[in-house]
Amino acid sequence: MELLVASAIGILTASGIYLVLRLRTFPVILGVSLLTYAVNTFLFASGRLTVGSAPILRDGVSDYADPLPQALVLTAIVISFGMTAVVVMISLGAYLGSDDDHVDDPVEPDPETKPDSQADTQADTQADTQADNQPDTQPDTQAGGTA
Amino acid sequence: MTHWIILPVVLPAILAPFIILAARYHIGIQRVFSVVGVFALAIIAAGLAWQASDGTVTLYQLGDWAAPFGIVLVGDRLSTLMVLLTAVLAFFVLLFAIGSGWDNRGRHFHALFQFQIMGIMGAFLTGDLFNLFVFFEVLLIASYGLMIHSGGDTRLRAGVQYVLFNLLGSTLFLFALGAIYAETGTLNMADLAQRVTQIDPAETVGIRIAAVLLLLVFAIKAAVVPLHFWLPSSYAEAPAPVAALFAIMTKVGAYAIIRVYTMVFPPDLEVTAGLHGQWLLPAALISLALGAIGVLGAKKLDRLVAFAVIGSMGMVMVAISLFTPVSIAAALYYMVHSTLAGAVLFLIVDLVRSGRGNVQLIPAPPVAGAALTAALFFVGAIAMAGLPPLSGFIGKLLILNASFDNGAAVWVWAVVLIASLVSIVGFSRAGSIVFWKAQSVARPEDEALPDRPATLSYVAVGGLVALLIAHTVFAGQVHRYTTAISAQLFAPDAYFSTVLDTPGKMSTPKEGY
Repeated sequence: MELLVASAIGILTASGIYLVLRLRTFPVILGVSLLTYAVNTFLFASGRLTVGSAPILRDGVSDYADPLPQALVLTAIVISFGMTAVVVMISLGAYLGSDDDHVDDPVEPDPETKPDSQADTQADTQADTQADNQPDTQPDTQAGGTA
Repeated sequence: MTHWIILPVVLPAILAPFIILAARYHIGIQRVFSVVGVFALAIIAAGLAWQASDGTVTLYQLGDWAAPFGIVLVGDRLSTLMVLLTAVLAFFVLLFAIGSGWDNRGRHFHALFQFQIMGIMGAFLTGDLFNLFVFFEVLLIASYGLMIHSGGDTRLRAGVQYVLFNLLGSTLFLFALGAIYAETGTLNMADLAQRVTQIDPAETVGIRIAAVLLLLVFAIKAAVVPLHFWLPSSYAEAPAPVAALFAIMTKVGAYAIIRVYTMVFPPDLEVTAGLHGQWLLPAALISLALGAIGVLGAKKLDRLVAFAVIGSMGMVMVAISLFTPVSIAAALYYMVHSTLAGAVLFLIVDLVRSGRGNVQLIPAPPVAGAALTAALFFVGAIAMAGLPPLSGFIGKLLILNASFDNGAAVWVWAVVLIASLVSIVGFSRAGSIVFWKAQSVARPEDEALPDRPATLSYVAVGGLVALLIAHTVFAGQVHRYTTAISAQLFAPDAYFSTVLDTPGKMSTPKEGY
C-alpha cells in the first residue's frame, strides 16, 4: 500500500508541476488542482497508513489511526476548494477582459514609440497566440478520439 | 488568563461581516466602523506591546486546551511589535484610502481590509505552524480581493499571476507541514523545537527536507530572489493603499523565518546544521542587487517602488541570514523602517498618478500640489535609499556592523554599499524626471489643471513620514528594544515553559510524554 500511495502522490505532483509550467491559465489551474490532490494525500499519509483502525487513543489500544492529519486534511481541502473557485473566477474575468489567457506579463508597448508601432506589436502577439494555440489543441482532440 | 491577546484577531473578524451585512450600501458607515476598528486595534496592540516589553510571554489557549494538542496564541516581544506595526500602518493606509476615494471605487473594500488585518495579526500571534498556514490563507484570500479592487484588465491579469503564485506557495507549505508532522508528530512550535533536538543526528534526511521546504515557502512570501517574480506586477498594479498595506505582507515572511529559524531550528541545532546562511545569504545579496538594478532601470514609478521593496527585503534578509543576536536586532530595526518607507513611497506614487494620470518616467506637465508631493517623495526616497539623516541609514549601519565578524563580510559590505549607490542614482533620476523636468514642459492650453489630492491623503502620508522621523530620532531606544527582542529569541526557555507547562483542560503530566 505504501508503494501505491507514494507513487500516486509522485505521479500527481509530477503531472501537476508539468501543467503549472504551461503558459495558459486553464492548464495552470488544472495543474494547481492536481498538486492540491497530491498534497492532500500526502498530508493524510503523514500520520502513517493504517487500515481499519479507529482514530481513538485509549488505554490498552495499540492499533489506532492518527486523527490529527485527518483534521488537517479537511482544513486543507476546504481552503484549496475555495481558492480554486476564486482563481477560476479571477482568470475568467481577466480572459474576458483582455481576450487573452496567458499567465505571463504581456509585452508592454514602449511609451516613447508611435501608435503605429504599437499596433504592429499587438498584431505580433496575436500571431504568437494563434501559433501557440495549435500544438495545444491537437493532443486534446487525439485524447478525445482514443477515449 | 486575559483575553486581550485574541482581540487583534477577533475584532476585525467581527467588524468585517458586520460591514458586509449591515452597512454594505453606506460607504459613510463603513468608513466610520473601519477607522474606529483599526484605531482601537492600534491601542490594543500598544497595550499588548507594553505588556510584553518587560519580557513576559503571554499565552492564550483557545478553548482552554493545553498546548501540544490545542492551538495557542503567544504574545512575546517580537509578535507584539509586529502587531503594533501592522495596526499603525493599517490606520494611516486606511486614512489614505478614504482621502483618495480608493475605497469607493469598488465594492467591499473595508470588509476585505478588515479580513486582511485579521490574517496578518493572526499570523504574527499564533504559536502553531498549521495555524500559521490557516492565517496565511486568510490574509491571502483577502489580499486577492483587495489586489483586484476596482477592476481593470491589467489589474485582473496581474491578479491572476499573484493568485496562482501564492496557490503554489500554499501547496508547498502544506507539503512542508506534512513532512514535519511525519517526522516529529507535532506542529506546535514550542513542542517542535524540543522534539527536533531528540532526533537522531544520523537520520536527518526527512527533517532537513522539511526545514528547507518551509524556508522556501517563507522566502516566497518575503520575495527573496529567485522567488520574487510575483512581486513587481502585483504591487505595481494593486491599488495604492493596498500596495502600501502589502508592505507588511513581505514582512510576514521575514517574521516567519526569524521565528522558525531562531527558535524551532536554531543555528546550533545539529540536525539542520549548515542550513542557515549557506543559501540564504547569497540569495539575499542577489535580491539586494536586483532590487537596486530594478530601481535604476524601471520605466514607471510604481515598478520602481516595487523593486525598491525587493531591495529592502534583500537588506532585511542579509541581516537575518547571519543569524546572530546582533544581526537579528539590526534586521528588526530595518524591517520596521522598510515597512514604513515602502508604504510611504507607494502612497506617493498614487499622489503623482492622481495628478498626472500616469506614472511613466517621462517628462509631463507639472501636477497639482507638486511642491508638497515632491518634498514627500524626496523624504521617502532618502529613507528608502538609506541616506543620512533618516532611519534607513542607521539601519544599514547596524546591518554592516553586525556582518563585521562574519566570513562573508566583504561581500555584504560591497553589495550593500554598491546597491545603495545604484538605488540613489535610480531614485534621483526618477525624482528629477517626474518633478524637475516637469517645470520645462508647458501644459496644453485646452487641458484643465487636475484637482489637488485631498488633504486627508497628505495627512496619511505625513503621518507615516512622521513615524519614519520618530524611528530615526528614537533610534537608540528602538534598537535597545530590538536587541531585547533578539535576546528573547535566542533564549527561548521562557517561551517554551510558558507554552508547554501551562495547564489546560487536557494537562499532561510531564513524565507521561
